[in-house]
Amino acid sequence: MLRRLAWFLPTLLGLLAVTFVIARVIPADPVALVAGETATPAQVEALRRQLGLDRPLAVQFVDYVGRLIKGDLGTSLYTTRPIADDLASRLPATIELTLVAMVFSVVVGIPLGVVSALWRNSALDHALRVVTVSGLAIASFWLGIMLQLLFAMRLGWTPLNGRLRGFPPQGLTGLYLVDAALTGDGAALGAALSHLALPAATLAFPALATLVRFTRAGVLEVMQSNFVLYERAMGMPRSVIVWKYILRSALTSTVTQIGLLFGILLAGAVVTETVFDWPGIGTYAVNSIIRSDYNAVMGFTVWAGAIFLLVNLLVDIAHTFIDPRERAA
Amino acid sequence: MNAALFVLSRLARDRSALIGLVLILGLVAAALLAPVLATHPDDVFELHPSKRLLPPGAQHLLGTDRMGSDIYSRLLFGARITILIGVIAVGASLVIGVPVGLVAGYYHGWLSDLLMRVSDVFLAVPQVVLAIAIAQTLGPSLPNVILALSVTYWPWFARLVYAETRTLQKEVFVESTAALGASPLRLIALHVLPNVASPIIVRASIGMGFTILTAAALGFLGLGPPPPTPEWGRTIAESREFLPDAWWYAAAPGVAIFLTVMGFNLLGDGLRDVLDPRIRRASGGARGLAGDADG
Repeated sequence: MLRRLAWFLPTLLGLLAVTFVIARVIPADPVALVAGETATPAQVEALRRQLGLDRPLAVQFVDYVGRLIKGDLGTSLYTTRPIADDLASRLPATIELTLVAMVFSVVVGIPLGVVSALWRNSALDHALRVVTVSGLAIASFWLGIMLQLLFAMRLGWTPLNGRLRGFPPQGLTGLYLVDAALTGDGAALGAALSHLALPAATLAFPALATLVRFTRAGVLEVMQSNFVLYERAMGMPRSVIVWKYILRSALTSTVTQIGLLFGILLAGAVVTETVFDWPGIGTYAVNSIIRSDYNAVMGFTVWAGAIFLLVNLLVDIAHTFIDPRERAA
Repeated sequence: MNAALFVLSRLARDRSALIGLVLILGLVAAALLAPVLATHPDDVFELHPSKRLLPPGAQHLLGTDRMGSDIYSRLLFGARITILIGVIAVGASLVIGVPVGLVAGYYHGWLSDLLMRVSDVFLAVPQVVLAIAIAQTLGPSLPNVILALSVTYWPWFARLVYAETRTLQKEVFVESTAALGASPLRLIALHVLPNVASPIIVRASIGMGFTILTAAALGFLGLGPPPPTPEWGRTIAESREFLPDAWWYAAAPGVAIFLTVMGFNLLGDGLRDVLDPRIRRASGGARGLAGDADG
């Protein structure tokens, strides 16, 4: 555990270095891009010096890390606003989308996985296997487009894209669902929900499939273990064995999966947000990459990497709480 | 040869693995026989503006696209690109990842730590994000897509081989071979590698599916091979402005991606059951224990 904690910063630093190199070898000259087409070569050079891009790469990197420690992610070359502000203003949209997808896939996926394992090889189990196999094989951008085609374009049940028409509900969190519920704004709540439905479903599908699969495998494995055999031999009621002992043990591996799941959701958010014009971090990242806005790309990578590493660290800690064996060790 | 026959006969008995095998054979056949199977083989490069956006029918099995080209024929030629990307990217990842995993797993010391931390760095960000960044930096082209996917996928093999090698080291036969004076190279190449081959093969099959999905996402974002290459992801992106009317334009390439990826996933599952009896026995046919949910 301590070992993993100690590696957290070096790993993050390594990630920074990799992204830094990738971002700085961009063939398109970002300075020329900022200066505009009418700028003279002299003006471009002046701007380059002003931005500090004429210095050696290593110096720029040390300088960047130094400012990063102070919480300064630099300025976007495109929006000319601080990256930290850009990310912060788009963070709630991504959090809302990812959380809804995560909650949905956990609440639906884990029970389905348990049921599928308990009634192994039943018709239900086979039906669920079709779902899990499709969930891992479908291209999420295509699923999103197909959902748009059916529910937004043909049936007209949901909006095509975006997060909300008109003004967002008043509130503190920036999560429209929470804000609308807190202020009792029923109309905004409905609108936010209808905008969320398709992107959240698109994002949740692969995660749901993964969870069903792993929960099923975990439960099956535990069902064969010696301690379950022992409990059966002791004549414990089946329901107690299943819901108290098997589930708890099987959830250990599922919790690990939630860490992985977060990676799936984060990666999925990049593509899903692009399809649905969702004003979150993912769209920002894709746009920044396409505009060669290297400061913004770096900012996003730092942010995503840090969160991802942190979640995995938390998963390790959660492990020790769920499984008493780990605590003893 | 006997081993291959054994694996094939076992695979044939598993229904879903068989489906996977059939899907992949279909993909390979489509790619190899594209000029024969295509009803309009010249439509990959030829435009017919008068026939644009025709719905599926006898003349055009899956309809036509915005340039009036036959979608069915373009899909067949797209299969070639898909296979090319998958095979080279997974192959390159194997060539980098397996030796890294073997060395890091066999030796204990700062080099092992360093190698595994380097692969952790790549695993710290979702693959698609890093791949987008690399593909964009290098410019949209087929070799660059393959490069971006290889650079971001090898750590999965490194991790897997590392873990397997560490487990194997505790085995008596490895210890006794070392005690007999076998050189590390001989030990790794002749004794460790054959014993980690099964999980590598399984991971490679699932990796093909995963890589093809990511490649399609790159194509969709405009970072894949440039037009008129009939790449599936790009075709879906092109079709968006003609929805909801030209639904076939968007649907067909998505189904092609779906069937391809499903084929590799099902085959990977089947291979795991056949090649790794430990898992099969321990969990009574339960699948997906070996951490196959990448990215």
